[in-house]
Amino acid sequence: MASIKLKLPQAAQNAQEPITHSDGPIVTGTSVLGIKYKDGIMVAADCLASYGSLARFRDVNRLQAFGERTIIGASGDIGDFQYVQDELEKLMIKDFCLADGHELATPHVYSYLHRLLYSRRSEMKPLWNSYVVGGVHSSSSQRFLGYVDLLGTTYQSSTIATGFGAHLAQPLLRKAVEGREDTLTEEEAVKILDDCMRVLFYRDARSLNRIRRAKVTKDGMEVTDPYSLETEWAFAEHIVGYGA
Amino acid sequence: MTSIGTGYDYAVSTYSPDGRVFQIEYASKAVDNSGTAIGIRAKDGVVFAVEKLAQSKLQVPGTNQRIQGVERHLGMATSGLLSDAKQLVTRARSDALNYRNSYSASIPVKTMAEQLGMFMHAYTIYSGARPYGCSVVLGGMDDEGPQLYMIDPSGSYWGYRGCASGKGKQVARTELEKLKFDELSARQAIKEATRIIYSAHDEAKDKEFELELVWISAETNGRFERVSKEMVAEAEAYTQALLNAEMDDDE
Repeated sequence: MASIKLKLPQAAQNAQEPITHSDGPIVTGTSVLGIKYKDGIMVAADCLASYGSLARFRDVNRLQAFGERTIIGASGDIGDFQYVQDELEKLMIKDFCLADGHELATPHVYSYLHRLLYSRRSEMKPLWNSYVVGGVHSSSSQRFLGYVDLLGTTYQSSTIATGFGAHLAQPLLRKAVEGREDTLTEEEAVKILDDCMRVLFYRDARSLNRIRRAKVTKDGMEVTDPYSLETEWAFAEHIVGYGA
Repeated sequence: MTSIGTGYDYAVSTYSPDGRVFQIEYASKAVDNSGTAIGIRAKDGVVFAVEKLAQSKLQVPGTNQRIQGVERHLGMATSGLLSDAKQLVTRARSDALNYRNSYSASIPVKTMAEQLGMFMHAYTIYSGARPYGCSVVLGGMDDEGPQLYMIDPSGSYWGYRGCASGKGKQVARTELEKLKFDELSARQAIKEATRIIYSAHDEAKDKEFELELVWISAETNGRFERVSKEMVAEAEAYTQALLNAEMDDDE
């Protein structure tokens, strides 16, 4: 197919081939994990932005707070994420200007993000991301954890994992969290996320062991500074094959 | 032609023989009829205060706010025609958004003053236009720290440590000049602003008024925030104590 394409004159190629400049991400972030626990919501993501298989940027923040009680974690194209951050910032300013005493809560941000991503995929210009949106309502203390992706698909769950994490970490998260959302302590939640991020670092070749974690509770939000996970590679000596 | 007019005041595009543009001066009269608005640039922030005169006791408090946010770090207090002011706020917000779309950053206060000033000036050079009957006290926090500007109906603007417009501007300016701005914190400036609005208020002519207070300071994380009820009460108590002391002196 490729050789046929090369033989075609430029004009004929343009006439026959679809536009492809929106068909893939360029600089990417990998998995984001999010869970509900006793006091609220906890999310984690690593600090890497890859350029293909190259570990291009190693101090990137993929967790963004909006207002006092909403956190967004992004995987996928970093440039698209930065655009979405700008759009959400403008949304918050617009809301501030209304001065009506109403505050954009997590479900509103979630809904806005959904409509934005869905409209862009319908224009065939998708924003190449999957998002984890989490938060706690300021007055009702109700927890919210949702997922939105580049197709405009959404779902809410007590555990969410994007990208590679959807395959590797999601089963572990479900086993650890489901049915225990109201009893898991902060320490347990931290351990679950750290363990899952470690598993991802062992198996996901686009990941880093340097991660950020954020929690949202009824008292507000805390985002950690980047920290490194302990890893153990002694077992690697015994692995034979895989081209090594 | 009335007895006083000489024909030079019909359009903003006509100078009087001694070089004045009367329509702009009339616009300033509209500002002078309105409740006092002041701005203070303290060490760590800016404070806005407005004497919002109530036309009727039936009006609901908190409506028709005369201090409004433009962006989270930037706000404006206005005196003059309220609907003109609302249009200027809308314009300022769209200018701020425009700047954000171009530079992915918040507009500096000085840039905002320049742009809004030029916008107001455009209404002073065409015969079909009416100048804005508004003075705008523009303030906020940016990379340069706290900033305060005032724009008048002609569109010209200056930076200030403290500024006042509206009915009580003379009294307010005299009081502002006594403040030690280099030592003044925004928290203290709230009290001073309250005191100045009360002293500029003319009880003989206007009875009811609502005090509007906003601050943008290090204490609000550089954000535009209405001063809390508790702090307003504290500032009013401070004002009352000073007034009582003055009355004792008079006796």
